[in-house]
Amino acid sequence: MVLELGRIPVEGIEWGRKTSIEGKVLHIDRDELVERARGNDHRITSIEAELARPGESVRIIPVKDVVEPRVKVEGRGGMFPGLISGVETVGEGRTHVLEGCAVLTVGRVVGFQEGMIDMSGPGARYSYFSKLLNIALVIDVQEGISKHEHEEALRLAGLRAAAYLGEAGRYVEPATVDRFEVNPSFRSGVGRPDLPRVAYVYMLLSQGLLHDTYLYGRDVKTMLPTLIVPTEAMDGAIVSGNCVSACDKNTTYHHQNNPIIRELFKRDGIDLHFVGAIVANANVTLKDKVRSSDYAVKLVELLGADGVIISKEGFGNPDADAMMYCAKLEEKGIATAMITDEFAGADGGSQSLADTTPRADALVSVGNANEIITLPPMDRVIGDVGIIEKMAGGRPGSLSVRGGITAELQVIIGATNELGFELLSSREG
Amino acid sequence: MGARIKAVHYLNQFFGQIGGEDKADTGPTRRDGAVGPGALFQRILGSEVEIVGTVICGDNYFNERMEQATEAVLSLIEGYGPELVLAGPAFNAGRYGIACGSICEAVERRLGIPAVAGMFPENPAVELYKKSVYLVGTQATTLGMKDAAQKMARLVLKLARGEPVGSPEEEGYIPRGIRKNYFAGETGAARAVEMLLRKIKGEPFITEYPMPIFDRVAPLPPVDRLGEATIALITSGGIVPMGNPDRIESSSASKFGRYDIGGVDRLTPESHETAHGGYDPTYANADPHRVLPLDVVRDLEREGVIGKLYPYYYATVGNGTSVASARTFAHEIAKDLIRDGVQAVIISST
Repeated sequence: MVLELGRIPVEGIEWGRKTSIEGKVLHIDRDELVERARGNDHRITSIEAELARPGESVRIIPVKDVVEPRVKVEGRGGMFPGLISGVETVGEGRTHVLEGCAVLTVGRVVGFQEGMIDMSGPGARYSYFSKLLNIALVIDVQEGISKHEHEEALRLAGLRAAAYLGEAGRYVEPATVDRFEVNPSFRSGVGRPDLPRVAYVYMLLSQGLLHDTYLYGRDVKTMLPTLIVPTEAMDGAIVSGNCVSACDKNTTYHHQNNPIIRELFKRDGIDLHFVGAIVANANVTLKDKVRSSDYAVKLVELLGADGVIISKEGFGNPDADAMMYCAKLEEKGIATAMITDEFAGADGGSQSLADTTPRADALVSVGNANEIITLPPMDRVIGDVGIIEKMAGGRPGSLSVRGGITAELQVIIGATNELGFELLSSREG
Repeated sequence: MGARIKAVHYLNQFFGQIGGEDKADTGPTRRDGAVGPGALFQRILGSEVEIVGTVICGDNYFNERMEQATEAVLSLIEGYGPELVLAGPAFNAGRYGIACGSICEAVERRLGIPAVAGMFPENPAVELYKKSVYLVGTQATTLGMKDAAQKMARLVLKLARGEPVGSPEEEGYIPRGIRKNYFAGETGAARAVEMLLRKIKGEPFITEYPMPIFDRVAPLPPVDRLGEATIALITSGGIVPMGNPDRIESSSASKFGRYDIGGVDRLTPESHETAHGGYDPTYANADPHRVLPLDVVRDLEREGVIGKLYPYYYATVGNGTSVASARTFAHEIAKDLIRDGVQAVIISST
């Protein structure tokens, strides 16, 4: 099973008469983009498309999802299967990536938990998305539709826009092609026996109530943990439907570019044998947590893993799931390393997690999301900056008269991403 | 040569060369220049710093009247107009450690200048002061004097110059339990894979977040005569009167609200809503009882299952709220409840 990712570098974005890539510049037909993003969704009343480039004095708020434009050029299935294309299994063949740009869905707030991106200034250091050429879609919907419909309308519009832009790369020769080969773990003789066997437990937030993730279009709330070929994530098989706190929500972009999968592939056959990835849900009830963690641990055992990376999404309630996955694996003698962020209070003096186990002795911290940051005003705002005072991490008074922001790091989308996307960490000090 | 940085050193009666345990009742006093171990500190600090004075107080005197003694010592220190203060090291002497911690805390808060103390990590003062001031870890006895003086001098100079302070391992201070963000050299994903491989191979690795010891509360026995008990409702699910009058934050709440439900039988979508930002509010707003079960509790009251419902409920938002804040809220709420004779509480979370 092989997936080739052809990377097409995008170093400029401009509005143009036809959507196409010329050199390293993505030209976008603005009207067609808006039309394609809207699709036939009658719930959407308007879409404004805006461009935001790294270094510009631009603040984008509230951002719901970030999506990378990709196109499937060879192999089965289409981009974002089960949602905007068929349901064939993806992850093989060839996919082209418009690297360096992203589609953002913006617009009236759905939940409180959406994020912001600054394209320059101190806030830009915290988010990879500040380094991307962003195509922001400010989407409005009919009055009176439910929050769930509102979320769905925006989610699908973002996916359609990314798939539309991705098409521009279909016939472009990529600058580099990365090859990801997955060998069936159960077949004898696969992998070097001297290398440690490493699996990945990929927790997907699935609490319902706007905390949902989709696998091939299926809400993962009701699934049992299951095996995926890691390349499936690269083809958009996992899509975020989350309005969980911005800092540690896994956007669709994060799923497409999962850094743990990337890292495990990079070292596969060199100093480890990557035996597989298990997508595991993180639900709200104790019964669900017990069932899912038991089931996922069984799959890890079947894979014969010596060690497991556990990644998280969200905080508080999911801490309990993560600790359960960790403790049960360690009890089976399977080593774990877990990635988590911290909520240690603005002064950093509180304990950081809502649940713990003494067995979690190898944690990677991706930062204290409660730490206070102060951000200067920006010349241009895409969206509505006033919402900062209601967002998770903001508070009344977060917005200064001049437009500066004082809030918790929590408000910046991806700042403490628990797939380990960023460099941020936290330590005693 | 520019002006030297003025420092004051705090010592107890023993290190201050007044006397042993028999002089532990000595009140605060001052000597110009360095005294006892101060000479060693002066040598290490070099020409950039001058210990202009030493303030000395007996350990018993200090601990028997801490507030008063802190004030008196502080005013003697202030008299020298210093730019930094050193205290101890107190090694494993508990009373001396407490004096050093208390003085450094007061100096930083009231004079706004850096202060560093030194003590053995198991000195009882460590738990009291490690969060508020830098305490350099020392050996238990004076054998560790030179090492302590070097670390304390280096750290206080960094603070005085406004230079960034490194980690406890780099600087030698006792971990304060304070988490600070920084940018690492590798992504979290790369660090995790590296850590896992080391763990599998049995090589040393350092977790980036050692597990905290949780404050477990043993449950009380069941309420004896529920039919006579006054019950209160508390929620961390954010149910507040419509409009959120106290402006409780949707995440990382800094406060809780106390709301009158005396004579109120039912909550409605018009009367109450949730301020919580951690879950979809649709269902809580449609029927606030889903989070704050006033309806059921009123029924139980009518049926005589419980004695009566306390006429106020308390609400905050649990989303992202630090444990330290939650503990403070609980202390304040418990004061009301105990005062008003509430025997049991139903806490609903989300």
